[in-house]
Amino acid sequence: MEVFFILCLLTTIALSGLILILRTVYVLTTKGRSALPGRKKPVKVMVVAGSGGHTTEMMRLVGSLSPYYKPRIYVLAESDRMSAEKIVNFEKIKTDRSSSEFKILRIPRSREVHQSWLSTILTTLNAVFFSFPLVFGEKPDLLNNKVQSFFSLQLLCNGPGTCIPICLAVFVLKVSGLKDVRMVFVESICRVKTLSLSGKILYHFADHFFVQWKQLQEKYPNTLYLGRLV
Amino acid sequence: MEGDNVVFVTVGTTSFDQLIETTSNEQFIELLKRKGYQSLVLQIGRGVSEPRRLQRDDFSMQHYRYKDSIAADIQRASLVISHAGAGSVLEVLQAGKPLIVVINELLMDNHQLELASQLSEEGHLYYATCSTLLETLKERDLSLLNPYSSGKPDRFSLCMDKEEWILLSHGGHGNIETELETFEVLISLAVRERQGANA
Repeated sequence: MEVFFILCLLTTIALSGLILILRTVYVLTTKGRSALPGRKKPVKVMVVAGSGGHTTEMMRLVGSLSPYYKPRIYVLAESDRMSAEKIVNFEKIKTDRSSSEFKILRIPRSREVHQSWLSTILTTLNAVFFSFPLVFGEKPDLLNNKVQSFFSLQLLCNGPGTCIPICLAVFVLKVSGLKDVRMVFVESICRVKTLSLSGKILYHFADHFFVQWKQLQEKYPNTLYLGRLV
Repeated sequence: MEGDNVVFVTVGTTSFDQLIETTSNEQFIELLKRKGYQSLVLQIGRGVSEPRRLQRDDFSMQHYRYKDSIAADIQRASLVISHAGAGSVLEVLQAGKPLIVVINELLMDNHQLELASQLSEEGHLYYATCSTLLETLKERDLSLLNPYSSGKPDRFSLCMDKEEWILLSHGGHGNIETELETFEVLISLAVRERQGANA
């Protein structure tokens, strides 16, 4: 009896493990697929911006998007004060009067400059812990079948920032099948010959990966190069 | 203060005392005067060393720590000397001002060097260290710098629209074929640019 029970349990675990693996493989192999043609519904966008100069870069990209991309949800590191101001100013110009088209959310930063690698593991886990409810909470209504896009740019040129925990949560969301989310990564213009650490990780997960220098495109063939974007 | 002959030095949100000391010393000011500049404005950030203020008939020197926006100072300047920070470098180039980037050798921030050296290879700026700055300014001809064309974020948005299959024309009159054609043109343009650069 007991043996039978254990066997059942093991089979269940093995089966769900197999499904999870198949699902992960499916998500990874179908990345980069376009949405259905002719959609005119708005696209809910989550923008994970870095600090300082990276926010400026990101705002130029978001500023060029057509009016279909709304609402826009900005995710910032808790310690980043300058960026919020930039975003609010930008949104003031972009959307006249209606203020409901964007919001700003915060998560703890996974790594500060000069932080040791050991403590980085802890702070990253902390950031991941905050990212999951944020991503799953913002997931739009399934019935509307809206497609969500995530634009992310790495937080710091020299380390994984806010976008890694968020993208991990997004990937789990994609694997769960609850939502078809497209992940877009734009490498910062200051990366000419090498990808940032966030870039190196997300190269394998992002649906669209933009680089801004031809040398990088030659090194990483699965990237898109359309010249300097910012 | 007024006139086109202002030199603007900026260190961004960092501190770069060595650059402030180099640009505010008498020898450097002499060179600036000889080159026809009449004023020097320094943005010193978190730096410890504060240069003295000068108000002579033929030359003035002022400094401040931060401003909300340094855009006005960049606009007024006829030469900008900047740290290697990507934000500052791009802001100056987009304003179309001659730029000398000074690398902080104490900070081994390699990726910032990447951008500055790439842009200098393409002739958009000169780059120096604190010890070679005087030489660079003396010998390099600022009028030989290539104008910088700003990036094209609309290529990104067009690409996104194509991926999300959003018809650019509102009200259902959009023709996805035309939109896609535009996109193909963009892609081939990018490819041609790449080949042109390789040739």
